[in-house]
Amino acid sequence: MTTTILYTILSLSLLGTVAAIALYFVAQRFKVFEDPRIDIVEAELPAANCGGCGYAGCRNFAETLVKSVTFEGLYCPVGGNETMSRIAGILGREAVKQDPRVAVLRCNGTCENRPRTNRYDGAQSCTIASALYSGETGCQYGCHGFGDCVVVCNFDALHMDPVTGLPVVNDEKCTACGACVKACPRNLFELRKRWKGDKKIYVACMNEDKGGVAKKNCAVACIGCTKCFKVCPYEAIVMKNNLAFIDSDKCKLCRKCVTECPTNSIIEVGFPVRKPKVDEQTSESTVNI
Amino acid sequence: MLRTFHKGGIHPPESKLSAHKPIQVLPVPGTVAILLSQHMGAPAKVIVNKGDEVKTGQIIARGEGFLSGNIHSSVSGKVSRIEEVQDVSGYRRQAVFIDVAGDEWEDGINLDTNLDKEIRYDGPEILKRITEAGIVGMGGATFPTHVKLTVPRGKKAECLVINGVECEPYLTSDHALMLEKGEEIMVGIQLLKKALQVNKAYIGIENNKPDAIEKMRDLASALDGIEVFALQVKYPQGGEKQLIKAITGREVPSGGLPVDVGVVAFNVGTVFAVYEAVQKNKPLIDRIVTVTGKAVKNPSNFIARIGTSISDLIEAAGGMPENAGKVISGGPMMGKALSGTNIPVVKGTSGILILAEEESTRLKTQPCIRCAKCVTVCPMGLEPYLLMTLSERSLFDRLETEHVMDCIECGSCSYTCPASRPLLDFIRLGKSNVGKIIRTRKK
Repeated sequence: MTTTILYTILSLSLLGTVAAIALYFVAQRFKVFEDPRIDIVEAELPAANCGGCGYAGCRNFAETLVKSVTFEGLYCPVGGNETMSRIAGILGREAVKQDPRVAVLRCNGTCENRPRTNRYDGAQSCTIASALYSGETGCQYGCHGFGDCVVVCNFDALHMDPVTGLPVVNDEKCTACGACVKACPRNLFELRKRWKGDKKIYVACMNEDKGGVAKKNCAVACIGCTKCFKVCPYEAIVMKNNLAFIDSDKCKLCRKCVTECPTNSIIEVGFPVRKPKVDEQTSESTVNI
Repeated sequence: MLRTFHKGGIHPPESKLSAHKPIQVLPVPGTVAILLSQHMGAPAKVIVNKGDEVKTGQIIARGEGFLSGNIHSSVSGKVSRIEEVQDVSGYRRQAVFIDVAGDEWEDGINLDTNLDKEIRYDGPEILKRITEAGIVGMGGATFPTHVKLTVPRGKKAECLVINGVECEPYLTSDHALMLEKGEEIMVGIQLLKKALQVNKAYIGIENNKPDAIEKMRDLASALDGIEVFALQVKYPQGGEKQLIKAITGREVPSGGLPVDVGVVAFNVGTVFAVYEAVQKNKPLIDRIVTVTGKAVKNPSNFIARIGTSISDLIEAAGGMPENAGKVISGGPMMGKALSGTNIPVVKGTSGILILAEEESTRLKTQPCIRCAKCVTVCPMGLEPYLLMTLSERSLFDRLETEHVMDCIECGSCSYTCPASRPLLDFIRLGKSNVGKIIRTRKK
């Protein structure tokens, strides 16, 4: 009895030792060298795995950072300049600074501004609706409101407003990863420069139709009148296909264009409320009547 | 035993309300809007200017792309503007607007309605006339006919298959055409046979149109090499691949064209247009449109000029019913719901279907119960439930290996699904994405 137990213990220990020695040599022979800096850099990254940098997750981006000679074109929008300069310090390279950005929806076609002309009862997805037809309103460029962007947002920065039927960006949570930009079939999201206090001025319209058609379908459509283009002192406004576009890198937030816009399609956010000014034209016309 | 295809298929209620109604000529409207993209390929290039006087049948735009066709004025009058107008999808596309004045036809167009049986042209001349006339597939796919007639090098056409199936519920335009213009269709078939240099032509007609079968059989018996097949009633037998399988027993390979198995298929509407183009020198400027629906007062078949507004057609059939829920261009299975009625008729408009509110609402989508009904009915032998899930999750590689590109978008899966899942909507989405990937890969 005791001998059986003894033999069992002995034979198993011997087998284990032989296997351990073999495995040790095999592990030495097939060892993969991995730069230890990859782990350190990865620990610095936000671990959101959002793909905002253009690489497949934070690990992949860390590998690219370690391998690359300069940081040109490499930027983590979630971590921002702070993270990038820390990583640059670790790797002994120079960080390329970028202005922080925020996603902005360039459509203000609320239920009120843009009357529905038909009802859609198909699959509740913007991409499918967009492939099928022009949408529930007369505007073929505006927001469908089925929330494809909300689904793809990893940071809980987007939600649908049930009153307007449009998605709303939470500026604090938005990291400008660009997932919504890719998801929107109408290309309505833009990553714009983030100003202090989250101030914003932008043309909330992507309608390229001629003025009359655009205005008929949406009360706040850009009609391509070029008034804002003419008034802008910084040449920040570009006119293309009956549509104004404000370049957020050139804009200085002077707000001249906002008052000029006849359809209120230029939106200002985060500014103190203007003093109500006496509108001369309105009072005159009242007198005439 | 009647012939049919063997994989899948469904039997939706036929509801052919306008069957046996005579074809009525719709009066020429006051203005027409002729869209520049009425074919599969790139829009045709406009060659008239604002203010030009045009005659009926005059060419106004040239199809320059590979899958494009010429476009002719369907009325005589003055070009009032070249502007965007909503097409079937609701998106605005370029169109030529013409204010009608009189009805003066272009020289050389033979307007008499006598049957012209004499075949005087050789193959290349027939092809040239078809190309000039801008004929596209009238079944709805709008594939240019002259491209189909140009058989690729290394392949050989052996027989012609003529599609008189009209498997879509409600639609009766092909049925009406076969009853009234059977003789002309026979001449058209002979022309196409000559252009393709084939000896055999088979006409497939579903068994729910016995009068059309009888008439076509009568006419074919007097001619050589034309045979009429009565087919079992089953949707989607009017699909090119299904029809070829049903009649000849040949299966078009995955990703291939019918000509790979030696077959070229045409719709009877296309054949009639070929007859008119070659024998009468008349370009494709009008077509038969069924206006139908249970709520419609007088479901009828109209000959309408291309560019006529759909609202005019609805008006002619008794006006828009009060309980209308959906207006569909095409049939209920493959048609497209419209976002308005101020949309011009194009070469591919086979019918206008008005569904009442209660028959047009979609049921609530429920989770898949794994009954595999969609797999049973898929005429292409695909697995729609799987394709939908893959498409929802953007797994495009898998979609491609599961042959999503073979889907003919017949809608049998969505029709049959007991959980009312939007199978076809998602498969279409996946198909367009995979198509894009394949095209970029080729570049």
